[in-house]
Amino acid sequence: MTDFSSLSLHEAVNGLRAKSFSAVELAEATVVAAEAAQGPLNCFTGIDGERALDMARASDGRLAKGEGGALEGVPVAIKDLFAVKGVETTASSNILKGFKPEYESTVTQNLWDAGAVFFAKTAMDEFAMGSSNETAAPGPVVNPWRANGSAAKLAPGGSSGGSAAALAAGISYGATGTDTGGSIRQPAAFAGLVGVKPTYGRCSRWGVVAFASSLDHPGPFGKTVKDAALLTRVMSGHDPKDSTSYQGEVPDFAAAADRPVKGLRIGIPKEYRVDGMPGEIETLWREGAKWLEAQGAEIVDISLPMTKYALPAYYIIAPAEASSNLARYDGMRFGARVEGGDLNDTYEKTRAAGFGREVQRRILIGTYVLSAGYYDAYYLKALKVRRRIYEDFTSAFEKVDAILTPATPSAAFEIGSKAKADPIEMYLNDIFTVTANIAGIPAMSVPAGLDKDGLPLGLQVIAPALDEETMFAVAGALERAAGFTAKADKWW
Amino acid sequence: MPVTPDDVRRIAKLARIAEPADRIDALTGELNGILKWVELLDEVDVAGAEPMTTPVLSALPLREDAVTDGGVRDAILTNAPKAEEGFFVVPKSVE
Repeated sequence: MTDFSSLSLHEAVNGLRAKSFSAVELAEATVVAAEAAQGPLNCFTGIDGERALDMARASDGRLAKGEGGALEGVPVAIKDLFAVKGVETTASSNILKGFKPEYESTVTQNLWDAGAVFFAKTAMDEFAMGSSNETAAPGPVVNPWRANGSAAKLAPGGSSGGSAAALAAGISYGATGTDTGGSIRQPAAFAGLVGVKPTYGRCSRWGVVAFASSLDHPGPFGKTVKDAALLTRVMSGHDPKDSTSYQGEVPDFAAAADRPVKGLRIGIPKEYRVDGMPGEIETLWREGAKWLEAQGAEIVDISLPMTKYALPAYYIIAPAEASSNLARYDGMRFGARVEGGDLNDTYEKTRAAGFGREVQRRILIGTYVLSAGYYDAYYLKALKVRRRIYEDFTSAFEKVDAILTPATPSAAFEIGSKAKADPIEMYLNDIFTVTANIAGIPAMSVPAGLDKDGLPLGLQVIAPALDEETMFAVAGALERAAGFTAKADKWW
Repeated sequence: MPVTPDDVRRIAKLARIAEPADRIDALTGELNGILKWVELLDEVDVAGAEPMTTPVLSALPLREDAVTDGGVRDAILTNAPKAEEGFFVVPKSVE
C-alpha cells in the first residue's frame, strides 16, 4: 500500500502513469484524508468527494489508453477565490455564502485540461485580505506545523493559508493560491512549502474573485521546486478574457529548475534586514548565499533604497482597488442580501452584515484615498512611488540576475497573538514579499531550514519580469543544497 | 491631516456600509493609524515619475467587434437573491 500522503506531485504523476496505483485510489485517499483533517485544521471551505471520483474515473480511462495531460489523475486543492463551475465559491466571506459560479476560472480550467482532479476548495483570509487566515468567515485555519514540545495552534500564514495547510498536511499534491502582497509566499514559508508568484499577467485573473487587480497574481504551491514549476507552467498562458494576460510563450519551468547557477550573479539587498528579525533568519539568509556561491554563483551586495516605501504604497493601492472591486457586492445580483427600508439602506445593511472587519476597514481606507480631493495626494502618489520601486529593481537587475532575501520576518506565529495589536503589525508580515507585487516581477519562496522551535523558514528568490526560468534555477539550487525534508508531525 | 469621526461616517456612507455608531471611534483611530503610517511616502521624490500599474508593457489587445458571449440569462440569474420572470428583483429606487 502506497503512503499517498508523502508523494510529491511528480511522484504522483509518475505513479499513475506506471499504474502503481489508480487515479480513483488516489482520489479516494485524498478525500478521506481531507475529511479527517477538516475538523482539526479547518483548511477547506468545501470537499467534493463525488466530483473528485468522477474526474478520477475519467483520468483512469485516459491513462488506460496511454493518454492524459501533464497532471493526469492528480488531486489539486483550489483556493476558494477561484471560480469552479457549480461549486460554492465564497472567498471565505459571508457575503458570498451560497454563491455557485456558472463559469470556470481560466487557471482552474487549465488545470482540469491538464488532467488535474478537483476535490476541495481551501479556506483563506476573507477576500484574501490578511496574513494569518484569521479573517476567514468560517474561522481560522490551523497550521499542521507545531513548535517542538508545544500544542499551541499556529497560523498557517495567509491569505492562501488553507492551501498551504492542506499541502503541508500531505492531503494534496499541489494547490492554487493568489498573491497580492505575499499571500502565496508567506504561507508557503510558514508551512515548509514552495510558493510561486509568477510575473504579473502570466496567470489569467479571469474567474478569480478580484481583490486588487493590479497586484493580484494567481500562482501555485508545491512540495518541491519542480512541482511548483510544473504547476506554474500548466496554470500560465494567454487568456483573451483577461486583457492584462501576457501573450508570449510559456517556457518549460520544470526544466529550468535543473539549470546550473554557475556564473549567475545573485544580489543581496541590505534593506531586507529589519528590526526585531530573529538572528536565525539572518543566518539562514547568509547560508543560502553560501549555498549558491558553492555552486558557482557570484554573490553581489546591492541596495534597493525604496524597499521601506513598498508596504505603505501597497496600503494605498490595494485598498483603493479593493474598494472599487468590492463595490459589486451590493446584494442585488448575487450573494447575500439584507433587506432595508430603501435601496441605499439595503446596500448598507447588506455590506455591513456581509463583510468582516478587516475587509470593511480596507474598503473605508480605499474609499477615502480615492475620494474627491484626496486622489492625487494618496492614490496617484502611491502609483508614482510604485514606479520608483520598480526602477530600484530594474537598476539592480543591471548588476545581478536574481535577488535572494528572507521570505518572512518570522516563523509561523500563534493564532490570536496579533489579534489585539495594531493592524499595521499584521501588515508587516508582508514586508519582504510585497515589493515584488508592487513591481509585478516574479518571486518565490523555498523552504530552507527549521528555526530553534522546529518551525520552517523560507528564503525568497526574486527575478526580472518574465524571467521565471532564472528564478526556478536559483530556487532549484537552494533546494538541492538545503536538503529540506522535514514534515509536520501528524497530530490531526 | 487626521480624519474625524464625521469623516468616517461620510466615508462609510460613500462606501455604502452601515457602520454601527459604536464602531466609529475605533475606526477613526484605525484609519488615522494607517494614514499616519503611509505619510512615509512624503519622503520619496516622485518628480517626473510616471504612475505605474504593470511592469509588462504591451498594447491592450484588440479583437473583432463581434459578440463572443451571452444569451445565458438563466445562468446569470441563478445566484440572484431575488429573481422573477427573468429579471433581478431590487428594492424600489425611484420615488
